[in-house]
Amino acid sequence: MSSTGEKVRISDLHAFYGESHILHGIDMTIQQGELVTLLGRNGAGRSTTLKAIMNMVGRRTGSIVINGNETIDMPAHRIAHLGMGFCPEERGIFSSLNVEENLMLPPSVRSDGMSVEEIYEMFPNLYERRMSQGTRLSGGEQQMLALARILRTGANILLLDEITEGLAPVIVQKLGEVLMKLKERGLTILLVEQNFRFAAPIADRHYVMEHGHIVEEVHAHELKEKTELLNTYLGV
Amino acid sequence: MATFLGINLFALSGQLLVGLINGSFYALLSLGLAIIFGLLKIINFAQGAMYMLGAFAAFLALQYLGMNYWFALIFVPLAVGAVGILMERFLIRPIANEDHLYSLLLTFGFALVLQGLFTHWFGSSGLPYAIPDELKGGTRLPFMYLPNYRAWIIVASLIVCVGTWWMIEKTKLGAYLRAGTENPALMQAFGINVPLMVTLTFGFGVALAGFAGVMAAPVYSVSPEMGSNILIVVFAIVVIGGMGSIGGAILTGLAMGVVEGLTKYFYPEASTTVIFFVMVIVLLLKPAGLFGKEA
Repeated sequence: MSSTGEKVRISDLHAFYGESHILHGIDMTIQQGELVTLLGRNGAGRSTTLKAIMNMVGRRTGSIVINGNETIDMPAHRIAHLGMGFCPEERGIFSSLNVEENLMLPPSVRSDGMSVEEIYEMFPNLYERRMSQGTRLSGGEQQMLALARILRTGANILLLDEITEGLAPVIVQKLGEVLMKLKERGLTILLVEQNFRFAAPIADRHYVMEHGHIVEEVHAHELKEKTELLNTYLGV
Repeated sequence: MATFLGINLFALSGQLLVGLINGSFYALLSLGLAIIFGLLKIINFAQGAMYMLGAFAAFLALQYLGMNYWFALIFVPLAVGAVGILMERFLIRPIANEDHLYSLLLTFGFALVLQGLFTHWFGSSGLPYAIPDELKGGTRLPFMYLPNYRAWIIVASLIVCVGTWWMIEKTKLGAYLRAGTENPALMQAFGINVPLMVTLTFGFGVALAGFAGVMAAPVYSVSPEMGSNILIVVFAIVVIGGMGSIGGAILTGLAMGVVEGLTKYFYPEASTTVIFFVMVIVLLLKPAGLFGKEA
């Protein structure tokens, strides 16, 4: 699709939590404007890959180049300022903050983030409930808030972990529309997703992970011929 | 003699005033403890020693630098806060990932060392610190005589406590702090330098104790034991208010001072134990404390 530059290049990435070795030499690249998914069973190392990119694991080795900057020795708080936006699997809405405080919390990492008006236009529910305690929102609203707050920061590389997990089909559909809009804006997205039917129509490429390795790379146009292979990996 | 239903209003309001003053110190110290506990999840046993350090620093600054009370009120908390920053950076951070028992023991040991040093240097008898000229004298109220310095303690500590509460609950900086308390890893991923925030927060919490120490110097005598004496009560107050609750620490501090003052009037024998009695009752009925969130 669009390939006006490489946003993320990961080479031989190993990650460890204490003594346990979770990632065993990951290689992947993501181009500007691409939407790439990480598929695989639970425990395959997909969430750990996102956390390793953000330097949120115990220890990591190898190389992670973001926008041309080597980040393997960079402290976690500086990585965000390269334009990264991380949406954790547990959503990470702060219960001691209301919705608007949650939305305004992460500092801007680039200048051209979405304005609060644009965000409330995209997620009208959040506007209605802006004074509620963050964790009193429904699961879907919390997910939208978790996504909205990294859009406000101007992050243009989004790492999204299981954003459709446990949500009603109508919300999942809404999130799909949001992701398409973000793609149109030229954002680069790395999506960890269990729901292959959600990911398949919107993604440009898929990486399949197993036991901390990347075992397959599938382009959108190869989906038909590789369906059977994917089914064996994903166990669906 | 003003009496009402057999109560000596003069004596009662006198004890209430003493209670409010003690409560002001309880509030300042438990507020510092609550802030530190909230973000670092460690119990700073050195908070009392920092209070003592604040009083001594004011005393020494006057003796050797000729620094008056008002300058001491600004510079001593900064200096004590700096001690706290060094302590966090070089003593607490290296063991931050160990069981919190280690940092508790470390701060306890640090407090003992500090207290021992000051006893060695200055002896254990109290040293005098004069009330600043501007606050000498007092005002005659209907039921009592209100010394100006005592009124000042209550007003100044209320301003500092409410200002701190406002900063934590109502500002962006406070939102960072509250969020960092809940999920430091995610705050770091959002681009906040959490280790720096932790260090500064520890420094601020400790500086509050230094501030209380300067405030205390003219009313209680400056002595090495002043910190350990008050700290036990302050811990009881933090437990009553609920660990980590900012508003709870302030309100409980003041309230317990008043409770103590009232007990001194009605049943003086119990005045030194009443706070612990309240603590036991609160722990039985609401283990997380009056303002704490149930886990």
